[in-house]
Amino acid sequence: MAYSSAEQHHEPHSFWTRYVWSQDHKVIAVQYTITAIAVGMVALVLSNLMRLQLGFPGRFAFIDANHYYQYVTLHGMIMVVYLLTALFLGGFGNYLIPLMVGARDMVFPLLNMLSYWVYLLAVLVLMASFFVPGGPTGAGWTLYPPQSILPGTPGSDWGIILMLVSLLIFIVAATMGGLNYVITVLQARTRGMTLMRMPLTVWGIFVATIMALLAFPSLFVSGVMLLFDKVLGTSFFMPAIVSMGQALSYKGGSPILFQHLFWFFGHPEVYIVALPAFGIVSDLISTHSRKKIFGYHMMVWAIVMIGALSFVVWAHHMFVSGMNPYFGFFFATTTLIIAVPTAIKVYNWVLTLWHSDIHLSVPMLFAIGFISTFLIGGLTGLFLGNVSVDIPLSNTYFVVAHFHMVMGVSPILVIFGGLYHWFPKVTGRLMNETLGKLHFWVTFLGTYAIYFPMHYLGILGMPRRYYAYDNYAFIPASAQQLNAFITVAALIVGVTQLVFLYNLVHSTFRGRPAGSNPWRATTLEWQTPETPPGHGNWGAEQPEVHRWAYDYSVPGMAQDFVPQNSAVAGGGDDHDQTVVKAAPRRGRKKT
Amino acid sequence: MALAIVLMALVAAAVLFHFLSPWWLTPLASNWGQIDTTLMITLAITGAFFIAINLFIAYCLIRFRQRDGHRAAHDPENKKLEGWLTGLTAVGIIAMLAPGLFVYAAYIDPPADSLVFEAVGQQWQWRFRFPGRDGRLGVTDSRFVSAENPLGLAPNDPRGQDDVLILNSEVHLPVGKPIKVLLRSQDVLHDFYVPPFRARMNLVPGMVTHFWFTPTRTGRFEILCAQLCGVGHFNMRGYVVVEEPAAFQAWLGRQSTFAHGATRTPVAATGAALPAQGKLLAQSRGCVACHSDDGSARVGPSWKGLYGKTETLADGSTVQVDPAYIAESIRTPNAKIVHGYPAIMPPFSLSDPELAALIAYMKTLSDKTVAQAGTP
Amino acid sequence: MSLAQSARHDAGGARDGMPSAGKPALWVFMGVVTVLFAQFLHAYIVRMGYADWQRLPTLPTVWLNTALLLLSSAALQWAQVAGRHGRRAGMRGGLFLGGVLALAFLAGQLWLWRQLTALDYVIASGPASSFFYLLSGLHGIHLIGGLVAWGMTIRRVGHNDVTADGLLAVELCARYWHFLLALWLVLLGLLFIVPPATILAICSSA
Ligand code: HEM
Ligand SMILES: [Cu+2]
Ligand SMILES: [Cu+2]
Repeated sequence: MAYSSAEQHHEPHSFWTRYVWSQDHKVIAVQYTITAIAVGMVALVLSNLMRLQLGFPGRFAFIDANHYYQYVTLHGMIMVVYLLTALFLGGFGNYLIPLMVGARDMVFPLLNMLSYWVYLLAVLVLMASFFVPGGPTGAGWTLYPPQSILPGTPGSDWGIILMLVSLLIFIVAATMGGLNYVITVLQARTRGMTLMRMPLTVWGIFVATIMALLAFPSLFVSGVMLLFDKVLGTSFFMPAIVSMGQALSYKGGSPILFQHLFWFFGHPEVYIVALPAFGIVSDLISTHSRKKIFGYHMMVWAIVMIGALSFVVWAHHMFVSGMNPYFGFFFATTTLIIAVPTAIKVYNWVLTLWHSDIHLSVPMLFAIGFISTFLIGGLTGLFLGNVSVDIPLSNTYFVVAHFHMVMGVSPILVIFGGLYHWFPKVTGRLMNETLGKLHFWVTFLGTYAIYFPMHYLGILGMPRRYYAYDNYAFIPASAQQLNAFITVAALIVGVTQLVFLYNLVHSTFRGRPAGSNPWRATTLEWQTPETPPGHGNWGAEQPEVHRWAYDYSVPGMAQDFVPQNSAVAGGGDDHDQTVVKAAPRRGRKKT
Repeated sequence: MALAIVLMALVAAAVLFHFLSPWWLTPLASNWGQIDTTLMITLAITGAFFIAINLFIAYCLIRFRQRDGHRAAHDPENKKLEGWLTGLTAVGIIAMLAPGLFVYAAYIDPPADSLVFEAVGQQWQWRFRFPGRDGRLGVTDSRFVSAENPLGLAPNDPRGQDDVLILNSEVHLPVGKPIKVLLRSQDVLHDFYVPPFRARMNLVPGMVTHFWFTPTRTGRFEILCAQLCGVGHFNMRGYVVVEEPAAFQAWLGRQSTFAHGATRTPVAATGAALPAQGKLLAQSRGCVACHSDDGSARVGPSWKGLYGKTETLADGSTVQVDPAYIAESIRTPNAKIVHGYPAIMPPFSLSDPELAALIAYMKTLSDKTVAQAGTP
Repeated sequence: MSLAQSARHDAGGARDGMPSAGKPALWVFMGVVTVLFAQFLHAYIVRMGYADWQRLPTLPTVWLNTALLLLSSAALQWAQVAGRHGRRAGMRGGLFLGGVLALAFLAGQLWLWRQLTALDYVIASGPASSFFYLLSGLHGIHLIGGLVAWGMTIRRVGHNDVTADGLLAVELCARYWHFLLALWLVLLGLLFIVPPATILAICSSA
């Protein structure tokens, strides 16, 4: 089992084995990332098309109600599942886990490769639904039956079938990848890399992966059963129905059961994309403010707590669904309790900035942007989790604004920050900073312009998933002007992403050479002998770890960072324990 | 530096926006002022956190920005601070949750003396039912649903005979009396949402859900569907007219009961002009959910300028819109599908006089005529 | 298992004396499958509470199939023990027999499907029968996956020199089989044996 010498590790030589059928986690990570960004662009275009209709209703004749609902559905599903989940776990997870824990690769490289190809298959099946008769499903990303499989919904023949099949395939891919990530973290850490020395990025991805392994089965179950109801005529979720004047043969099923199963997956899914973002942003903030992360233990604890608690809050999506009303008390309470560890994370990020040495590099800009948007999203979550406040707000634009802030924009900002941060390791080149800043400012300010006012449309009572708002007396005409403004902002943000794509491609070939550790970071991925890291990552000798990941600005050291594999004495290693004990005394003397 | 200023500006803009925004809660029209209060408490607490944390970040960005020769402090851990912050957060959470749960307890506990009525949803229209003199609603089942019995009442349940059926999308309610709304759907999920009432609930096929409220203001309010229910979702409208109890009783008295043929729309009886009857029919049968009268796009083709026009069908052939074509399109909608529209219109069995009324109405929406009129 | 196999080819875990990654991976995988079936059974029990529930008859084939799977699992256990004590022939025999019995189980399940279909219990004829086809089918698919790993293990331990990895593969096969047996027994209990009223009583009191 042990890795004895470099030769034993056959380096792939042909183009095909190196870049296509590659089993190298770094190549697979790039494949995942490119694919996810590509579908993400589709979802972005769809969102801009929706915005065109909402901002300038009826002006674009080709966006009829059918198309609008198809766009909403595909946009939501792609963003949540095929972009964010795939990019965080398959992209960042694949690249960073082995490098950050000092492994040579994932534990099961073949499985890792399969995971990518199966993911790609899922994406292709989903995209195929644009080309089948009736088009993709327009059931909303929640796919609630009975509506999702009945003729009043666009794409209720082929679209919904392809959507469900694609999801099932995706789950298989995610499970293959997930097994790999979990076992790699548990088994393949290099010498000295204890769990409590791991960077928070790895912690975030690790816990998110475990959650994915526990939550996706629930989606699988609801997906399979819905597929059976659609194709084989079973009645798992379908009660007796008169649809469009016709009595159907279904009877006795429970639509609410689907919602329970869906949200048992759906809520943890929010954290499956949030926890990696939490982890990554912690490392970005620490590195770029040259200071150890505030309260590392608390941060790990909070990640684990949030992960665990997020399995007992799902029905806050169902306060007005008609489920047993007494559940409301329980789920409102658990939901608000989860706010405590979440708030602790926010405090610790901002406290890390205190007395630090902030370098406002592009990754850091995105990290700060994340704190600000996540803050809004988290706080508006308290409205929706607090059951009685949710009652008037449920299914309005307040919800749309909330979840875009908390799980749309915020994780996306972290993804951008992470890409700018790790791009030099992947390619050996830096991304263009001016373009990066332009990208940041437009995206960050645009986000506020789009979503901040949207909360107020929701409070007014404008329902979501509306194709048009003709002749509703309670909506003032000014709301339409606001919608036009939001659309313009969304278009600008959309176009600006092209700047990012250009930067990405241009810098890959023309970027300034970065050296091996441009951010002067402590974590292992920056200590590889070659940049980009070669096959097997570490040359002849795997690194040995002597300290935790946050030895920044240690007093008495020549440099303001000490790499994890450096054996010099001193620093907050092993870990802050010693520091914690000393803390009260020193703290008192200072004040 | 720029980022610090922007963050401060964002906070200022957010606060300004909040106070200047013309978009805010609709004026309350029910007893659920407590929901608004809880919302305001939540807003105040979260707003304070929003401002404080953003300003703190801005301060750090200015105070601790990179300067030459400056190094970050190697602060020790500070459990005490973490403890305080956790405690403060917990207090804030409890201050929001406690009133929230208190209001919710009232929300799920309808008063015993509530007036009961039923709202029935169907793609994409609303209908209503009140219990008759016996104060009880009759049994329903989807098996009984037909064009003649659209709400699916059991034909031989005695309790149902005197039920008052409202087969159009406007319902009246008395002001000042607690009302328990029973919700039933015949096809998919819907949601009964009247923003000024604050209260709402989903309609779930296969079961009866409910919620309650007391209207406190007279007026005409819009009912929206707020749970995606297919392409016509955004157009599934209804109206609640809240009026003085006497006016309400009078209105209720004018409606017909199940036993007295409420379902047969009294076209001939009303004596109104034929086009006006057709317009009423279009509203009560829910045609307007999918067909506009002003040329605006909905699920189905607009009726404006339809009569006499030449339509292109899905198979490429063309047909002139004459009475025969209209009759066929209503009674067997899938026989000919207009190009560009989904085949989702349900068949309606209308009587000949009803059909004539609808066609008369459509004629008024078009300036074209049909050369040799086919017979409907 | 394929997992163990790919682990061997790979540079993976580098710490000396690290246990093979195949073992923990199988545990995690069985954990995921457990969650999957737990969710199905959750749905099953909720759906059971609705009025239209009508359970399936327990045909004798059910018992025959259960016996086959039990024997299959036992044969693999035998193979594993034999392997550990260095009895190569016993190991190969047990392994082979275990797989064949598993195939017989699958054939038996198909036969059971046909019998039930002949009795007009088709997939859409009621929720109990929908669940039966769904759950037994999914269980079967997991067993087929196991058979793929079994086939690779057979190839691996077929030659004369059986490596530690080969022994591990046999062990993992046996463990997975026991897991699938346990899963089948749970399904058997809920689908055929325990009366619905009892299940509902237990679940509503909990
Ligand atoms: C420029 C960026 C984006 C814009 C302009 C945008 C816009 C929209 C719009 C207009 C809707 C439909 C609202 C409605 O009709 O109810 C929507 C829905 C949605 N969006 Fe986005 N979005 C963006 C980014 C994202 C991202 C990054 C995510 C990732 C989580 C996301 C997730 C969703 C989801 C889950 C829905 C709900 C879909 C549904 O109702 O079924 N969006 N978005
Ligand atoms: Cu949630
Ligand atoms: Cu509706």
